[in-house]
Amino acid sequence: MAIATFKIWRGNASGGKFVDYTTEVEAGMVVLDAVHRIQASQANDMAVRWNCKAGKCGSCSAEINGRPRLMCMTRLSEIPLDQPITVEPMHTFPKIKDLVTDVSWNYRVKERIKKFAPKPALADGTWRMQQADIDRVQEFRKCIECFLCQDVCHVLRDHDLHDEFIGPRFLLYNAALEMNPMDTENRLGDLKDSGGIGYCNITKCCTKVCPEEIKITDNAIIPLKERVVDEFYDPLRRLFRVFS
Amino acid sequence: MSSIDVPLRNGGFGTTQRKDNWWVEPLLVFLGFSAFIVYSTWAAMQNAHYTFGPYLSPFYSPLLMTEKPGWWPAFMPFSAAMLILWAPGGFRFTCYYYRGAYYKAFWADPPSCTVGEPRKSYWGERSFPLIMQNIHRYFLYLALVFILVLTYDAFKAMWFDGHFGIGVGTLVLIVNPVLLGCYTLGCHSLRHLVGGRADEMSKSPVRKQTYDCVSCLNRRHMMWAWFSLFWVGFTDVYVRLCSMGLITDWRIF
Repeated sequence: MAIATFKIWRGNASGGKFVDYTTEVEAGMVVLDAVHRIQASQANDMAVRWNCKAGKCGSCSAEINGRPRLMCMTRLSEIPLDQPITVEPMHTFPKIKDLVTDVSWNYRVKERIKKFAPKPALADGTWRMQQADIDRVQEFRKCIECFLCQDVCHVLRDHDLHDEFIGPRFLLYNAALEMNPMDTENRLGDLKDSGGIGYCNITKCCTKVCPEEIKITDNAIIPLKERVVDEFYDPLRRLFRVFS
Repeated sequence: MSSIDVPLRNGGFGTTQRKDNWWVEPLLVFLGFSAFIVYSTWAAMQNAHYTFGPYLSPFYSPLLMTEKPGWWPAFMPFSAAMLILWAPGGFRFTCYYYRGAYYKAFWADPPSCTVGEPRKSYWGERSFPLIMQNIHRYFLYLALVFILVLTYDAFKAMWFDGHFGIGVGTLVLIVNPVLLGCYTLGCHSLRHLVGGRADEMSKSPVRKQTYDCVSCLNRRHMMWAWFSLFWVGFTDVYVRLCSMGLITDWRIF
């Protein structure tokens, strides 16, 4: 059994501070286990959001040693224990209490995105699609909405452009709809304007933090950027559309 | 239990709670790109030592003209490389991988993930000048032509005074279009154009197969970008050193 020190951010919307907690840790523990142990033994009033402890609910998003991660999927064996481990709430969202942030902005953004608009059903009253056509979309459907990608995105995190940029999570969501072979809606104008896809400068931070290992930048954002180029920035395509 | 007052907000340039050596990657990218830019600019300005026997430096290929044309501005030094290098240079400059890399390494926007930035204002690629990055696909079309040209150069490098032969330089010139091909054919824009733009790729098996091939190369786009960048520079160095008589081009047969 080893001893580890955790510097956990304690506070609320009006401010806070890092508080040091020293606790025993054992083989196989994850950061969330240690936080729970501290909560149970030293800080009963510490707020932490969690649910499945299996990396599937996306609730326990936090920043561990400065890296956005799920607390339940971060093994202590991956972290050097000879120095304090910092645990902070996500920077991009308003703080509620301690490690809990208000992520409701994401739900408001999602409401603005044009919904799935299916093609008319086939003569037999059904819709059919090929697996090959839906492979791309299924990768995007792995998203657990932990919002770590939103947290790490510097456009939101450092530049606070929440009103102008929907963030990687919702570019991914748009990609899932746009690439769906059954969908008929066109979201490219929204992506260019209110979605602010041009703000993304392809740093791939969102891809690096995704716990589901979705290739957000390569498979969703860049393909969407290319579709936006097709629609708005490619002069030959625009000319072709004029004469066709 | 002890505590220190630290407000949770994003601090200034370089501030982060990260404990790893986050600065190593952007530093290496900065040094790598800078070295290439400095060398390629110098080499392009020389207008000399770009051929040796059947070998032609990729910085000067295609060799459109060797003499200064009449329309060339008098104040500008002439080099055959300057006529063509803008095309592959533009392709790399607007490449999605390179963009992400140099925004971090040269502009610190951000320096690395979750590391504080030096400035608050940010326009992204929404407005001029970076909105021009959207012409990447046009540079792609040119880059595809360059691969054909460089492949022809590699073929020519097998013929010494009309006789077939293979020298070390031949191998160097063969590897060059192979690496450039792996980089260019894994381009994100090409991936979109060959199939990614369609929602129902299965309707055309050829399109699906092409998309899968480009996607396969695209998964290692960063690696091919660096390998091809290094090799195109190395190829010029090799031809230059041979031309200057500083090294011997060994004939294999």
